[in-house]
Amino acid sequence: MSLRTDTPAPPGARIHRFSRAERWVHRTTAVLMGVCVLTAAVLYIPQLAIMVGRRELVVRVHECAGLALPAPVLLGLASRAFRADLRFLNRFGPHDRTWLRAALVRDKRRSSRPAGKFNAGQKVYAAWIAGATLVMLGTGLMMWFTHLTPLMWRTSATFVHDWLALTIGVVLAGHIGMALGDPEARRGLRTGMVSREWAKREHPLWRP
Amino acid sequence: MNSEQSEERDGRPLGRRVFLGTLGLGALGVVTAPVLQRGLEGFLGAVAGQDPTGLTGLLPNGGGFRYYSVAASVPHKNAANYQLKIDGLVDHPRTYTLADLRALPQTRLVKDVQCVTGWRVPGTPFEGVRLSHLLDAAGVGATAKAIRFTCFDGTYSESLTLDQARRPDVLVALRMQNKDIGHDHGGPVRLYVAPMYFYKSAKWLSGITVTDRVEPGYWEHLGYDVDAWVGRSNGRTDEPTN
Repeated sequence: MSLRTDTPAPPGARIHRFSRAERWVHRTTAVLMGVCVLTAAVLYIPQLAIMVGRRELVVRVHECAGLALPAPVLLGLASRAFRADLRFLNRFGPHDRTWLRAALVRDKRRSSRPAGKFNAGQKVYAAWIAGATLVMLGTGLMMWFTHLTPLMWRTSATFVHDWLALTIGVVLAGHIGMALGDPEARRGLRTGMVSREWAKREHPLWRP
Repeated sequence: MNSEQSEERDGRPLGRRVFLGTLGLGALGVVTAPVLQRGLEGFLGAVAGQDPTGLTGLLPNGGGFRYYSVAASVPHKNAANYQLKIDGLVDHPRTYTLADLRALPQTRLVKDVQCVTGWRVPGTPFEGVRLSHLLDAAGVGATAKAIRFTCFDGTYSESLTLDQARRPDVLVALRMQNKDIGHDHGGPVRLYVAPMYFYKSAKWLSGITVTDRVEPGYWEHLGYDVDAWVGRSNGRTDEPTN
């Protein structure tokens, strides 16, 4: 048990939420994902494809960014704080069920949204986007190394890659939209610190 | 013992299940893609027909052409500088200008376009000169077996056997969708091989060389079938493009 939890901080104090390693994992993943999304748009939307051309170059950038996308998380595993947060993201308690049920019926009362360090929505998002990224990587590799799999598989991989890309785009827009609506959450990922009031309000069950 | 720590110890590892479930769904998607794709194409094709916003065109397989170019950049050619060269095993090699091609008898075909990556555009009109007409005018030599097509993007190439090239539904196309073919669609002149997957219909056509054997083209070196009949090649079962 750390000393910090036993000694109540003065009101208005800022508390530690993310380590430097975790912030860099998020930052680099975000940049790589952004490159993937932008190059995908150029490959995919006819008007942009015609404007930019250079399909081979754009494909190459897209492939490299996609291949590197899991790297920050894998490197992050070296950080104890990151591993601890992965455990928090993985484990769902009874309060997460309450949170999810409230989210489904758009119940926004604080009392019906209990959350630990991460709320249930963040946990579902983290698990889904991790899985979706690996599916994109797998199908992308099938499209890239054309000799590895029969053409039929490649066509199927293209189909999954296209539709999942669209889904990820929508979900990612939601992720960014929610971050835009919560400056203190963004501050947490930028500086590592959040205000005690925010933590109490948004993550009442979190004991930093 | 605080509640977060008890959450970690007592909570159920649902995150891992969501993660593995997403991976499993992705794999299932790849396996069932041929069936899903056919269903979606039918549905989206019908919706796209009545969609005034054109947004369905942006959905995967939502109808419409996709722009593919394998070259870094493609020079623009027009009536002033476009040339189509016919050479190889022919009695009368010659170079056509755009005006020359326009002066020849034109054939109009309206058929579906099917790409090997899955998208299909129904009822697309193409107009141009029958390839057989150009071959007859050049006088094909006795040892000729095949045609090699080259393109002014400097990279792409295609091939047909002589029998395939002489089919009446193979055009040197000047117009598509009732207008002159624009640069993005391979204009001013592209090949149109109606019964085959669309990669055979080389864009930016600039050379027709009669050869004594089939020389596989750009995509065929990357594993695509040389004889690319729609529905009977490349491991696909699409409807023919009649």
